[in-house]
This record gives sequence, structure tokens and C-alpha cells, in this order.
Amino acid sequence: MKTITTDALIIGAGLAGLRVALACQAQGQQATVLSLVPAKRSHSSAAQGGMQASLGNSVKSQGDDETAHFIDTVKGSDWGCDQTVARMFAHVAPKAVRQSAEWGVPWSRIKAGPRQAVINGKTTTIKEAVQTHGLIHARDFGGTKHWRTCYTSDGTGHSLLYAMDNKAIAAGIEVHERVEALQLIHDGQRCQGAIVRDLVSGELIAYLAKTTTICSGGYGRLWSASTNALICEGTGTSMALETGLVPIGNPEAVQFHPTAIVPAGILVTEGCRGDGGVLRDVDGHRFMPDYEPEKKELASRDVVSRRMTEHMRTGKGVKSPYGEHLWLDITQLGAAHIDKNLREVKDICNNFLGIDPAKDWIPVRPTQHYSMGGIRTNEKGEAYGLAGLFAVGEAACWDLHGFNRLGGNSLAETVVGGMIIGEHVAAAAKQTDAPEEAVAVPHWHAVAAEIDALLQAEQGNDPYDLREQMEQIMMDKVGIFRTGTELEQAVVELEQLQRQASELKLHNRTRHSNPELVEALRVRKMLKLAVAVAKGALARTESRGAHAREDYPQRNDNEWLKRTMVHWRNDAAELSYEAIDISKMELPPGFRGYGEDNTIAHPDSAVRLAQVEQWQQQYPDATEQERQQALMPYELPTLLSQPNQRRGVGK
Amino acid sequence: MTGRTITFEIFRCDPQHPNDSARMQTFELTEAPGMTVFIALNQLRKEQDRSLQFDFVCRAGVCGSCAMVINGMPTLACKTLTSQFKSGKIKLMPLPGFELIGDLSVNTGKFMRSLSERLQGWLVPAGAERSFDAVEATMEPQTAEMIYESERCIECGCCVSACATAQMRDTFIGAVGLNKIARFTLDERDGRGPDDFYHVLGGDDGVFGCMTLLGCADACPKGLNLQMQISYLRRKLALNPDRII
Repeated sequence: MKTITTDALIIGAGLAGLRVALACQAQGQQATVLSLVPAKRSHSSAAQGGMQASLGNSVKSQGDDETAHFIDTVKGSDWGCDQTVARMFAHVAPKAVRQSAEWGVPWSRIKAGPRQAVINGKTTTIKEAVQTHGLIHARDFGGTKHWRTCYTSDGTGHSLLYAMDNKAIAAGIEVHERVEALQLIHDGQRCQGAIVRDLVSGELIAYLAKTTTICSGGYGRLWSASTNALICEGTGTSMALETGLVPIGNPEAVQFHPTAIVPAGILVTEGCRGDGGVLRDVDGHRFMPDYEPEKKELASRDVVSRRMTEHMRTGKGVKSPYGEHLWLDITQLGAAHIDKNLREVKDICNNFLGIDPAKDWIPVRPTQHYSMGGIRTNEKGEAYGLAGLFAVGEAACWDLHGFNRLGGNSLAETVVGGMIIGEHVAAAAKQTDAPEEAVAVPHWHAVAAEIDALLQAEQGNDPYDLREQMEQIMMDKVGIFRTGTELEQAVVELEQLQRQASELKLHNRTRHSNPELVEALRVRKMLKLAVAVAKGALARTESRGAHAREDYPQRNDNEWLKRTMVHWRNDAAELSYEAIDISKMELPPGFRGYGEDNTIAHPDSAVRLAQVEQWQQQYPDATEQERQQALMPYELPTLLSQPNQRRGVGK
Repeated sequence: MTGRTITFEIFRCDPQHPNDSARMQTFELTEAPGMTVFIALNQLRKEQDRSLQFDFVCRAGVCGSCAMVINGMPTLACKTLTSQFKSGKIKLMPLPGFELIGDLSVNTGKFMRSLSERLQGWLVPAGAERSFDAVEATMEPQTAEMIYESERCIECGCCVSACATAQMRDTFIGAVGLNKIARFTLDERDGRGPDDFYHVLGGDDGVFGCMTLLGCADACPKGLNLQMQISYLRRKLALNPDRII
């Protein structure tokens, strides 16, 4: 058994993983990062539009602060998020943007003076103040009170990932590329690393570590149409699930992005709408104001995606050989703006559709985009159920996003989560003894046996066929709108596929680089996760955020203000729930502001609201810190706890 | 042209297999509307040969994983539509100049990491790092745009494969390396100037190795103005009165 020993093992070399590695290295802990692909090819690079942080620099961002960001995030989550986490996040986001500027990100900057912008379909003149010239700019995104999304053109994820990876290279952090973690090493109490397969040589290696952090992204590829990169298969998340000890939180909370191009399913950024683009139907009619007169195209993503689907159901979709779609119209923004701020969008339209978005409308429809659920962790990023295991970013259910994530909050979460949780990972690594090789042995043999069996099987099912069936079931029955009948079918069918996956037959018996073997190992993990998603969705008989049950259209705080937890036990998904405590909320559940309010309220909501209001009336002169301490205290690592300064606000 | 049969001629070689040698293998496939080389290769692997090796990650032209030589041109396979080849014949070769992993898969990651280490391809701050609690340092909007312009490189390796110098001299840093240096010398936050890169820039491995054949600019899938970057660095070096070159 070949072993590699390190202090902090990090699985995934996207923004979250690299940022955790840098935090560990800064505290003298050796970090080793594993990646399926070269770090700069991670899915973080595909984030286009930007990263939310309340810098409050631009004239359209005036008055923005952590509280506004916190409130938007909680409302966006449909009160499903962990409010303490949202507070911590909103506080650190400006630091993350500013630090990345020091590390090389060429954030788009404010130019003083007047400029033209398209707002609500009309060209408007905005005048930026002289004293903000050269500060970091922000664009408008859905579901936010102020313009808060910091950006570099529409390649924000790319710029951030490059700056972060360059920094990691400078720090001498080792990234082991083209390797895949297959099983966590643990003794039932503590995680001590992972069994890893080298995707080129086929060698199985035991990586032993004091702490293990999973930053392997989301599970969008469970669906046949997803904006996610091909490597977003949820296998890191599933690896934690497979321990039987670590639960997945809210697997059913899945976001569909309103604007992926048809048929390729490639995302065009929310920045298109933030910068003034509008949605049109088969008649060229701008339909969003009919449904959401206030927020229009910039309602929360889940809302826009549902409205688009509803509108297509009324026969207003555009028919195409690839099914129905609607139009995204950014022609009014003009070629100059598109060339500067929406370059990737232009390239995508040109390459995959053969159109010029400055002249032509873009065919779009809602497509799977983001996994709010993931490995359930506490506020420090520690996974439930196994000491020494952490998760950060889309792989985790830290629970920043609840049941719907705001645009620009995922990129922010990768870096902010990496900063906050990175400190805890480093501290844990310092306090932990060196791992024991003996613990790894049974895990190494289990993985070796699984691979041997796959390479030798004379009969069994085809991994590609099972995968295709799974993707189709998820697409047809676990989509934007859900019903009990369809979800029941989905659970039965997925459980059957999951059983079938125990017997697979491969055509390719190569032990080293073997794409079919990779597929076989992954499809088993993916099917477990798919079952968890479908079961969670079936059980949740309410509609909250992106989880929209047609048979239960109300948000039911009375019965469902709780987090789904799925454990994998006895080769089946087992559901339990974790209460979300209203009495500890800074922002008690209320109306989110879309459509009509049909929430079934929890009695505690009114009680808590009265408490909060009473406190505020009683202490009108309290400082922000005193208020926070009284209503919902939270703790950040000292390094990250200082107030954020703002130009003109003086805080 | 939808529904026609396309013929793929694909380079095959498994360097880890002791008895394997390089060969071309022919496959046929029925073209579907909007088919890209990405779609075609995945279909071929699923339906015809489970051992076929290639790399895709984003499949949207932003991650740089899938560069290969398609009918003689290094480019990204994910955004190459099969319909653009009127002959219906598509020949796929791995990128030259990189370690072969197998078939169409090459190790660009290893190349780019070692290039970055050699050039110190990261920001070396001009001053002490500013506290992230404070208002950020300002930057001219136009400077930020210019930096972003060169930072759009996705390290796919097409420019290296399309470069005659890089094919002749392993140590040539190529357009990707020169662009990287230009990116950091443009950046006022970085304390280094072209002189600090002189040891690589000022010789055959740097700007003076470039023969101005423009293969890099022709092949760059992001349309970066690589020739302008190389000229910029040449001029910067040549204009330094203290330096005899």
C-alpha cells in the first residue's frame, strides 16, 4: 500500500479548495490538494457574472452594507438558510474581494462621471462620484437590494481562480492532478484521509492526513441538462454519504438557472439581465413584468425559472427541434457594452449558436445549475458524524443558501467559506496527532477489491446505460416543478438502478487509464446521491425556494422549517430532520415578496418578530455590535472579525 | 448536412501499454444537428470504443481542457462544430509539444504549472499587502481592462502547439509564457518590470526566439492579441537605455 502523508488533505482544487489550502499553509500546516483536473480547469473558472460583497462603492450601491447583504441572502434562501452562517458570510465577503484584489484579480473599476446603463428596459444615465473613481465596481443581480455584484467583465470566476491558483503555486502548495478520491479513511470516529486512484497510472494510494476537507463542487451532472462542468458529479459528496456516518443536508434543494442556451445547456450569466437584458416570448413580448411587476427579470432565480416554465406552459414558448425555449434579448445593451462586459456571452453565442447577441435574441430555458444541499457541516465547516472531516463550497451544506441561492453568492461562498473554514481546518490540523496507517488498510483493500471485481465481471449492467437512465429520470421527474406522483416513481426507479449498479460489466479491462472504469465507479456514487435527492424531494410536502411542489404550493413553516438530513444506511437512503430554531433568528420568517404570500406561518415567527422589534424600540441608540450581540451573536476567527471600512460611510 | 456520415480519423496510442504503438483509427458516425467534436467523441466512446481517451471539463470553451489538433489546427474540441467541415472528414491528433497521456489526452497541466514556477507567474506585490479591512487601493478602470484582456488566457496550449519555435526548442516559453509576463508587467500592483524577467525574456527562450510566424495568434481560441503582447515586451526591453541587447 503506497501512502502519502500530509497535514491537511483537500479534495478539489477549485476556489474553495485552494483557499483552504492557503489558509493552512499560512499557519504552517502542509496542505496537499487533490484534483481530477489541473486546478485552473476547475468549475470555479466557469462562473461569469460576479461575486457579491457589500463594498458600496458605486452610486447604485450607496447605502449597502453587511446587513443588507444578510437580509437579501436570508430572503433569497426562503428562510431555509442558517442565519448565523449568512451573517458570518456577509461580514467576510468584502474582505474576500479586497484580498483577492491584492492577489491580482483585475476587478472592473468605477469610472467617474456619467455613463449610460439600461435599467428596466430603458437607457438611463448614471453618474459616478469623483471620489469613487478607480474603486471596485458592482453590477446588478437578481434578488438584491443594491448593486452588489463585483465582477471582472464576465470572467469573474476565471480571474479569481487564476489569482488563487497562482498564489497557491507561489506558496509551493502541491496539487496532485488527475487523481480521484474514492473512499474516506476513518475508524468510525475520525476521518484520516482518503483512498485515491491515480487516473493515469491506475495506482491506488492512501493519503493520510490530520484533517480532510471536501471541496469537490456540486452534483449537477445527475441531470441530463445542466450548466455544470462534466466533473460536477457529486462524487466527493457521495463519498461522505457512503461512510454511513455523515449526512447530506437538503439534497432536494436544487437550483435551475433561468438562462442556459438551447440546446447546448451552456450558461449565459445573470449579468445579462443585471445589465439590462430582458426575457421575451414567442410573440416578442416581455412577459416577466406580467408575473413580477416589481422585480421583473431580476426576481430570484428560482422565481424567474418557474415563471418562464409557467409561461411556456401557456403556449408562449418558442418551438424548436430541441424542445421549447424563450428568448433573452440583450440587443439594447449595444455592441460596445457586450464587447467589454459580456465577452464570454458573445463567444458562447457565436461558437455554439452562430449568432451575434448584439443583434440577435438568444434562445434560453431554465436548466439545472446549483446544488444548495451537500455535506452537512456546522458553522465551522466541520462535517456532522466524523471528526476531522470538513466541507466547503458547493459540496457543503454549510447552509448559506437554504432553498435558493442568490446569483453571485456561490463564487463569494467559495472564497469566504475557504477563508473562514480554512482557519478552523488549520487549527484542527495543529491540534491533531499524526494519522495511523493501519486505519487505512481495510479501506485500501475495499477499494482494490471493488476495482478488481469490476475488471473481472463477466456479466452485469452497462454503466453508461444506467447513467443515462438516471439523468433522464432526474430531468423528467425531479425538475423545476415537482409532484408526489412523479417523485414516487423517481424514487422507485432510481432505487432499482442503484441496485442494478452493484453488478456492472466493463468492455475495457485496462487497469491504468480507463474511462469506462472511472464511469463505473462514479455511477455507483451518483445513484446514491440521486436517490437521496428524490427521496428528500418526495418527503418535503411544501414549496420552499427552488423546491416547488405543485401538489403542495405553500411554504409551510409550521411543519417544514427544518433541514432534511440523509444518511446512507443498509444500502438505502434514510431521512431525518434537523429543526431550524426560529427563536434564535435575527430575521424571523416573513414574506419573500414574490407572487402572493401563501405561507403557512409558524406560531414562533410572530413571537420572535415581536421580540426583535421590542429590543430595537427599547435600545434605539444601540451600536451595530450591541444589536448583533443581543439578537444573534456569532463568532468569527479573530483575523476575520474586524469591521469593514467603506468610502463615505466611515464604518 | 444533418444526417450525413462523418468519418473520424483518430490518433491512438497508449504509452503505458508496453506493446502499443501510435496508429490512426477510423470511426464513422451519423451527424446530428449542432454536433460538436465534444458530442461526437463522447458518442464514439459510449457506442464504439470504451478505451478512447480525451479530456473535456467545461464543454463551453472556458476551461482549456480539450485542446487538440483538428484537421491540422490546434483548437478547442468542445466548440468545434462538425458541420464546419464540408468534406465530412475529421482528423484528430493530440497537441504536439506536451506529454502524451493517451490518444487525444495530453498533460497540459504539468506543463503550465512548471512554466508558472519558472516564470514566477504570480503577483509579486510592489509594497506591503494592504489590510483587507480597509478600502481597496484604486486602479484606473482602463488598466484593469487591459490586465483582464491578457488574463483571458485559458492555458489550453494551442499557442504552444501552433508555434514553430516551441516545436524546435523545448525551453521556449511560448506565447502563453510571454503573455503571462506581459500581464504582470502591465499590473501596477506587481513590483517587477520587464528587466526582472530578463533572464528568460532577453534570449532565445523569450521574445527573441519568436519568429513572428503568428501561429499563436491564429490558433488562440480566445482571440488574444498575442503578437501585440510579444511586441510590447520586445519594445519594453529595447527601450531600456541601460541594457545592451
